[in-house]
Amino acid sequence: MSLTEPVHPVVPDRFFESRFGLTPDRVGQTLGGTLRAAVDYADLFVEHTVRESIALEEGIVKKASRAVEQGAGVRVLAGEKTGYAHTDDLSTKALRAAAEAARAIAEGGGARGASVAVTPIGRPRHDLYPAVEPAVDRPIADKVRLLEEIDRLARAIDPRVTKVVASFSAEHKVVLVAGSDGRMVGDVQPLVRLTVQVIARDGENRQVGTYGGGGRYPFEWFLEERRWERFTREAVRIALVNLDAVDAPAGEMTVVLGPGWPGILLHEAVGHGLEGDFNRKKLSAFSGRIGERVASDLVTVVDDGTLPGRRGSLNVDDEGVPTSRTVLIEKGILKGYLQDRLNARLMGMALTGNGRRESYRHVVMPRMTNTFMLAGTDDPADILRSVGRGLYAVNFGGGQVDITNGKFVFSASEAYLIEDGRPTRPVKGATLIGNGPDVLTRVSAVGHDLMLDEGVGTCGKDGQSVPVGVGLPTIRIDGLTVGGTKG
Amino acid sequence: MRGNGFGEDQARDLLHAARKAGATAGDVVYVEADRFAGVVRLREVDRVKQARERTLGLRLFVGRRSATASTADLSKESLARLVADTVAMARATAEDPAAGLPEDDGAPGADDGLALRDERVETLAVGDRLALARDAEAAALAADPRIVNSEGAGFDSHAKTVVYANTAGFSGSYRATAATLWVSSIAADPAAPELGMQRDGWYTSARALARLEAPADVGRTAALRAVRRLGARKVATCEVPVVFDPEAAASLLRALAQAVNGQSIYRGGSFLAGKLGERVASDLVTVVDDGRLVGGLGSRPFDAEGLSTRRTVVLDRGVLRSYLLDAYSARKLGLEPTGNASRSPGEAPVPAPTNFMLVPPADAPTPEAIIRGTARGLYVTDMIGFGVNVVTGDYSRGAAGFWIENGELAYPVEEITVAGNLARMLADVDAVGRDLDLRASVAAPTIRVARMTVAGR
Repeated sequence: MSLTEPVHPVVPDRFFESRFGLTPDRVGQTLGGTLRAAVDYADLFVEHTVRESIALEEGIVKKASRAVEQGAGVRVLAGEKTGYAHTDDLSTKALRAAAEAARAIAEGGGARGASVAVTPIGRPRHDLYPAVEPAVDRPIADKVRLLEEIDRLARAIDPRVTKVVASFSAEHKVVLVAGSDGRMVGDVQPLVRLTVQVIARDGENRQVGTYGGGGRYPFEWFLEERRWERFTREAVRIALVNLDAVDAPAGEMTVVLGPGWPGILLHEAVGHGLEGDFNRKKLSAFSGRIGERVASDLVTVVDDGTLPGRRGSLNVDDEGVPTSRTVLIEKGILKGYLQDRLNARLMGMALTGNGRRESYRHVVMPRMTNTFMLAGTDDPADILRSVGRGLYAVNFGGGQVDITNGKFVFSASEAYLIEDGRPTRPVKGATLIGNGPDVLTRVSAVGHDLMLDEGVGTCGKDGQSVPVGVGLPTIRIDGLTVGGTKG
Repeated sequence: MRGNGFGEDQARDLLHAARKAGATAGDVVYVEADRFAGVVRLREVDRVKQARERTLGLRLFVGRRSATASTADLSKESLARLVADTVAMARATAEDPAAGLPEDDGAPGADDGLALRDERVETLAVGDRLALARDAEAAALAADPRIVNSEGAGFDSHAKTVVYANTAGFSGSYRATAATLWVSSIAADPAAPELGMQRDGWYTSARALARLEAPADVGRTAALRAVRRLGARKVATCEVPVVFDPEAAASLLRALAQAVNGQSIYRGGSFLAGKLGERVASDLVTVVDDGRLVGGLGSRPFDAEGLSTRRTVVLDRGVLRSYLLDAYSARKLGLEPTGNASRSPGEAPVPAPTNFMLVPPADAPTPEAIIRGTARGLYVTDMIGFGVNVVTGDYSRGAAGFWIENGELAYPVEEITVAGNLARMLADVDAVGRDLDLRASVAAPTIRVARMTVAGR
């Protein structure tokens, strides 16, 4: 069974032409409507997205939903100003109106340009998520079967598992970006995610465990290496561990972070503070600090949008710029910022391929892709052994940062006390708080076990959500405030 | 009322077509919105965004199976495909005995005196919208020489038409507006750079322009909130009374709204599950959800399943009286729905608060009196992070604010956490102020929790 017309196969730079008559000429005319002497740059972003979500609870798949979104946004940049208008109507009239509205912000003289000669440059040079059968075209019955299987397994692992909520979501996004420089590029961006949440109960003690993963993959990815099974077992394991959790400690102490998802530390502590917009406006605790030491010399942090299949990866960003690997911190020294076109131009810096937006309804901002610390040379077991008393945190919920004063938090969902160099009792979830420009200077050991997360991260900024990745080897931080209840 | 080409008649026609295609019941929601967002930064226009959006959501039942789909494409072919897809998807889901529409309860089919719309929000010229933001930011920049920079000031507004119809016989529509004016200020002391850089802000939000705070007041408040944070330090780990200002208290109330949400309850995912009729908070705590508050940002004549919105007492002087329920969670729990169904068009309804408020008791003290009555403690004005576990009630969040010494705000603090357990915190509320202000749909006055762990140095 197939729902809606299959979206496969899609040739990104032909999709909108064949379906909506958006020829290079029409795109050029729309862009021409934005141009005046005062305009530095303008672009048209066209999107067609199919989204699907299926959820199981109480042993049955109760919910299935599917959304089709399509629309275009026209952006006009003049000096530091941005004019933006979007429409869900892809007719010539609607696009022209959007272009007019966006241009209205660009004050000053100059005649309107007639048209821009647009040259399709075809497909991006990266091919990070090869076109295969999109997960949204896969029969829904396959997804129902998978979720039912997860439910059965979770309940079979331990009788204390009382509730299982499992959900599968997929999106298939086709985008076209055309700039006033005449370049036009298209991309097809799949994204899938599987989330398993269980509640385990022992008497009145109820605890939750959540785990999952995904990326820019086809549906089969969850079946390969039985990943779905690993996610399910992890969710159950975390819930059961938390049944035994004692109160978390409160106060400053040595913290060891496990590999993978704890890399959310980097996303909050330094990543946001290094986004170009905050630095151009001098709002960030890292403003004007390139070349300065912001971390111990064990620490090298990169943002890399070019990792095949990763949730945070893209062939091109939402301004049509190829993604890249940007060194943010090299051996402790601050090296670079993450840029979009507007902020790179105003700061006189190079583009990094980090101009992203949630959808055609949103303006572009500099955003992270996959942000991680490079591996060091320490044995993770030695790192734990080096700590007399402290906290070992291996799984986290969300995090947040105040980019101006640099204070950031991230909340542990699975953590253990370290006593005499060994992880001992599990502790209840607790928020860890630190100071971004300072926390990485306290990194005193970096393991050789770099891991990227499973592919579940969503970053929120100014009301826009975009998928991102993080990664970390095991690290030791000498002094971070742990927000438990036991002083 | 009808949107631009889609009204109650079209919604009913779509449901008729769905029945022909095999659906046994269903509902349609159509939302059309005009949105504006403008930002001024350092007196210059920074960005302006304008758009009209529309989305149609269709939920269909085939017996006790159901599915939901949405589209922005309202062409005949698109809608025919939407119906066919949704029926096919519903057939692939499982039989769910609790699935189905609620019975029509005679809800008003239009805005009946809720004052949801102010035409001035729709007609105000772009230049005038930006002028409000410009005035607010100018007031912030002029308020104190230590306001050295600005993240900007913005005016955001929307006007939306909501159309709803179901096969249980209800149809209705209404138009609503909302406007927000905000300022975000950056403070630093050029004479004392070691005090650091701080950002804080203020906002006002209402359905009618006339109910917004004056731009100059919004700007001055933003500036004051940023400047007073300069020189913030960490405090030693301790257990003290914690006073939450209305913004921080509202974040506690959002956690409570999640804990009384019918979906969390029937899933066993709340520390308040099974506690109906029991004392769960101190007798100072009365919480009301009122979907019919005149001019309220969360008000609407009918919910996302066509049921009447109403005033529901959730906590009455500490006793849990009601959950927030849609038709589904009500059926699961053997209770009556409370008119709290909410949905984004592409998804099935879920319960959500309307105007969810902690109501000050009679003779409630001023916030100043609460601080004066605190010998030593923490006054929280900003919180970050997500550390709230609604299943267990465990609570641990990043905080900033002021240290209270001898009933006075002694100095600003930051890089600390406050932790406890929501069940215990609700029981430990020992002061509720009189300063309830409905600047958001979830709101609370100043409150004090007798004892929490503050983690710092």
